[in-house]
Amino acid sequence: MSYLFDNWGQVIDLSVRHLWLSLIPIVLGFAIALPIGWYASRHRRLRGVLLSLGSILYTIPSIALFAVLPAVIGTQYLDPINVVIALTMYAVAIMIRSATDAFSSVSDAVLDAATANGYAPAGRALSVELPLAGPVLLAGLRVVSVSTVSLVSVGALIGVSNLGSLFTNGFQRGYDSEIFTGVLAIVVIALVLDGLLVVAGRLLMPWSRVTRPSGVAA
Amino acid sequence: MSVASETIDWFTDPANWSGDYGVPNRIVQHLGYTAVTVAIAAALAIPIGLWIGHTGRLRGLAVVFSGALRALPTLGVVTYLGLFTGVNLTATVVALVVLAVPPLLAGAYSGLESVERQTIDAARAMGMTEWQILTKVEVPLALPIIVGGLRSATLQVVATATVAAYVGPGGLGRFLIDGLAVRDTPQVIAGSLLVIALALLLDALFVAVQRVAIHGHPAVQPSRS
Repeated sequence: MSYLFDNWGQVIDLSVRHLWLSLIPIVLGFAIALPIGWYASRHRRLRGVLLSLGSILYTIPSIALFAVLPAVIGTQYLDPINVVIALTMYAVAIMIRSATDAFSSVSDAVLDAATANGYAPAGRALSVELPLAGPVLLAGLRVVSVSTVSLVSVGALIGVSNLGSLFTNGFQRGYDSEIFTGVLAIVVIALVLDGLLVVAGRLLMPWSRVTRPSGVAA
Repeated sequence: MSVASETIDWFTDPANWSGDYGVPNRIVQHLGYTAVTVAIAAALAIPIGLWIGHTGRLRGLAVVFSGALRALPTLGVVTYLGLFTGVNLTATVVALVVLAVPPLLAGAYSGLESVERQTIDAARAMGMTEWQILTKVEVPLALPIIVGGLRSATLQVVATATVAAYVGPGGLGRFLIDGLAVRDTPQVIAGSLLVIALALLLDALFVAVQRVAIHGHPAVQPSRS
């Protein structure tokens, strides 16, 4: 723990970077996957194709994706944008599955009732389907959040500084307290984000007990 | 385009295909670590997961425990252990086992939970012992989901073994880590492509195994694959 107390400022600085590198992909991934998942839940064939694409994407090792992206999309080699784009891709890959499951779980009878009550398709999607899909969406978002916070650290291997830099630096200097501090800070960030998601879920969906991520395919 | 042609040059250079540092040996090492890790993790997690699924006890604890393990960054675990073990396989295998346990555990207990209560009651009413219920009813019916857990554990290990090469002696990750260290972009890209290809190949293999697990038991509906 001595490292933490001696380098408080640096740990805070790296934590803030780490948080940004996590939050952008989590939010972007959710925003991109939500409409795609909604659309896919209405089209069976597309759903199969998207889910296979997602699981193929998710098998690509993160460090390989970080390293290959600059060559594919022409970004700078050490630019943090590579990490953000790669992690957004993973977030979308996980979240599309959850979003599809979530919207598929809304029963047809409820949809018919909403239509009969005069909801237009867009209004029905927002006011009926989205709230009912909420608990499953939240479970998916929690898996995305934990795995993204943990994966950001791999970015340190391609020179993008974040809490993972404490791992590479600590290993090179043989300083176990530095690595331990990094692990601790990452776990704390992951748990705090997870807690915030649970609280947000309770506030936004007071009618439903928050479902836990059971995720075999996490 | 020069990076692309340099990468092709890397692949066609016979020097990269022979000896201890050649592609075939690196692939064998990579698959070896993966097999050892998944075997150890399965030996730990599957019996516990089956017990949790069969008895319904300690499920909450298992969920919290797996969640906490998932939050642990593998690079941090592997570098921390690596400081104490030195550059050998121990740190790599332990860190990857930590990674593989949650999906295996979840596959085992959620697989058993997916078996219909009535089926289990019927088996019990027919006089089956608890052991028979587990091995002859629950496990066969839960097999697709258990194999699904094995699949996601294996794929995560194959992918993350790359990162673990940072402190490890071998595997395909070496091409990436060494290439990054000396800014040898073609080698980094070649290493990445090899890992991606290996991961996709293993995934295809698991899809086939899952089909067999389902078709071997026609009564089982393929749950969301």
